Amino acid sequence: MSPTTERITLAKAINLGMRRALEQDPKVMLMGEDIGKLGGVFRVTDGLQKDFGPDRVVDTPLAESGIVGTAIGLALRGYRPVCEIQFDGFIFPAFDQITTQLAKMHYRSRGRLQLPVVIRVPFGGGIGAVEHHSESPEVLFAHTAGLRVVSPATPGDAFTMIQEAIASPDPVLFFEPKGRYWDKAEVDLDAVGGGLDKARVARRGNDLTLVAHGPTVTTALKAAEAAAADGTSIEVIDLRSISPLDTATVAESVRRTGRCVVVHEAPVLYGTGGEVAARITEECFFHLEAPVLRVGGFHAPYPVARLEHEYLPSLDRVLDAVDRTLAV
Amino acid sequence: MSARPKTPRPPKSAAPCKDEDIALAFYRQMVLIRRFEERAARGYAEAKIGGYCHLNLGEEATVVGLMAALQPDDYVYASYRDHGYALARGISPERVMAELYGRTDGVSKGWGGSMHLFDVDARLMGGYGIVGGQVPLATGAALAVAHRGGAEAVLCQMGDGTTNIGAFHESLNLASLWDLPIVFVVSNNGLGMGTTVEGSSAEPDLFKRASAYRMASERVDGNDPVAVHAAALRALTHARSGKPFLLETVTERLKGHSVVDPAGYRTREQKAQLLAGDALSAYAARLTERAILTDDATREIDEAAMAAVDASVRFADASAHPATSTLFDYTYATAVPNDSRRLPGQPLFPAAARPGETMSEKAPA
Ligand SMILES: Cc1ncc(C[n+]2csc(CCOP(=O)(O)OP(=O)(O)O)c2C)c(N)n1
Ligand SMILES: [Mg+2]
Repeated sequence: MSPTTERITLAKAINLGMRRALEQDPKVMLMGEDIGKLGGVFRVTDGLQKDFGPDRVVDTPLAESGIVGTAIGLALRGYRPVCEIQFDGFIFPAFDQITTQLAKMHYRSRGRLQLPVVIRVPFGGGIGAVEHHSESPEVLFAHTAGLRVVSPATPGDAFTMIQEAIASPDPVLFFEPKGRYWDKAEVDLDAVGGGLDKARVARRGNDLTLVAHGPTVTTALKAAEAAAADGTSIEVIDLRSISPLDTATVAESVRRTGRCVVVHEAPVLYGTGGEVAARITEECFFHLEAPVLRVGGFHAPYPVARLEHEYLPSLDRVLDAVDRTLAV
Repeated sequence: MSARPKTPRPPKSAAPCKDEDIALAFYRQMVLIRRFEERAARGYAEAKIGGYCHLNLGEEATVVGLMAALQPDDYVYASYRDHGYALARGISPERVMAELYGRTDGVSKGWGGSMHLFDVDARLMGGYGIVGGQVPLATGAALAVAHRGGAEAVLCQMGDGTTNIGAFHESLNLASLWDLPIVFVVSNNGLGMGTTVEGSSAEPDLFKRASAYRMASERVDGNDPVAVHAAALRALTHARSGKPFLLETVTERLKGHSVVDPAGYRTREQKAQLLAGDALSAYAARLTERAILTDDATREIDEAAMAAVDASVRFADASAHPATSTLFDYTYATAVPNDSRRLPGQPLFPAAARPGETMSEKAPA
């Protein structure tokens, strides 16, 4: 069979991945607010209710706690529900269900109960939205043992990772970079994923390792491009998984480059960058030429639309951190 | 920044007016809200307004009837669909438009935006972007009033879809259990985004949900400001006697959920029907029939509304954007040790010094 590739957006890639899962496993169900007839606020579920019916692509009332809670109940009886949360900020009514039940049932039941639930969350900023609509709460979930927390950065990864997430026996928080929903790339529609918890080297380099995930992978690649013009060779690592964290791939890179900068939209305080920095320090202290720097959101609520580009880790701020790291 | 204009507090007891004056005053306010919202939609299209923008188009009668029933000291909590409530509560169109424009002379200094209008002077305790977010808070405000034996009431506005979230049910139970002076208002416009009431509520007669909490409730024609006003007065009297009330106002959302929603889930016929049955035109026709509204008055009222809206746009346009330096302001009420207030462009922390640079030079101002 010859490989089929198609040039599609990241949103479409998730849509096709879910379509594939719905076709292959009758136990897969989608649930969420306005995901059926409307196709979701970002149209990620577009056309799926039409083709799979309202019993498998379920329009729910406005009730996040109820959506996730019933998904847990479904999963306990053999279904593989995929819940859509409309925006990052609306997941909190379901936070209780996610952290007290979803994350813990497998552990509590000593492995007898599995919860293959996927919760899809459009996250991140850059689309001119405001608080509740632009936030990056991924570490709030990564901090809870029992949850997998992943984020695709490319259409190709979006296509395979959503299928791997649905197939996973563990609950997966699937953070979709909403600012990149409309980014297009050639996607191999025969591809199978290479593992949900593997980081990916997005660009090879020797002088410094830039670590990113989700929306900031593109920013990191742009920074690497700009630095290359100045003769600096930057390696870019796309984490793909926030929890578990693929420390080995990052450490291998940092042992070669000796320098590391972590970039994410989420606030820096107690964030992914802090975790990466700590692990790098533990694993490759003697290879480090400079402290690991973090570039990310500030310790302030997500600002108004006009100031969001000051808040988000811009190309300039990433390059500034790169310069400072190299200057040591 | 110069002292911001405050919202004038209306006198405690306004001079008694004739029914006709009141009917006309309702019309005047409805037209102002209509024109303001149409202008807001334009401002959004012109990229003057950022974020999200939900309009009260079609719901003017509900907004006006409710707000007219309140005393100046009463508290209002609203959803993100809050522009009309702010205007009808007496906040100047200038300060509301400036807030939509995200400017420093807006009611929330430009930091709240369309969804989070807020003005303590007008006792508008906020629009809320999280569906149902306002409901427990309003209940708490009513508890505060009850606790200190105050005479005020709280009006908590929300949409139909909001009655499906847990916070709604928790709040109704608490309010009833604790005899709180609060009126929960469900503005039933038939839709939560693209989802119908029938498609999302097991009891689509939403006012009946109160009975689960032994709470009195009523449904009223939300397209008739006089009826809404009378029902709201009854509900508020009930609330002031220490018994919460649920009032359902049945109304319509003329356009999409927010300015960017083309409302593709409505058929062309439905859209045409909506416009044909528009509450504002119907109310105008009713007043004209009763000779309360003349052609001259209609024109004058419309021109006055347009002038007020134009002035609000000029005011908003002339107002400054929040400075980047205010990014960290008000995060905490007190000084926080070790708080990073590093602004974009300032050196990273805890970055190593550049060669030749001392650490103190890098410290944020
Ligand atoms: C907790 C939460 N979930 C979802 C949303 C997204 N959302 C915003 S408004 C809305 C529909 C609300 O409908 P309704 O309560 O009827 O109010 P209306 O917009 O009709 O005034 C939804 C789903 C949200 N803001 N908050
Ligand atoms: Mg509604």
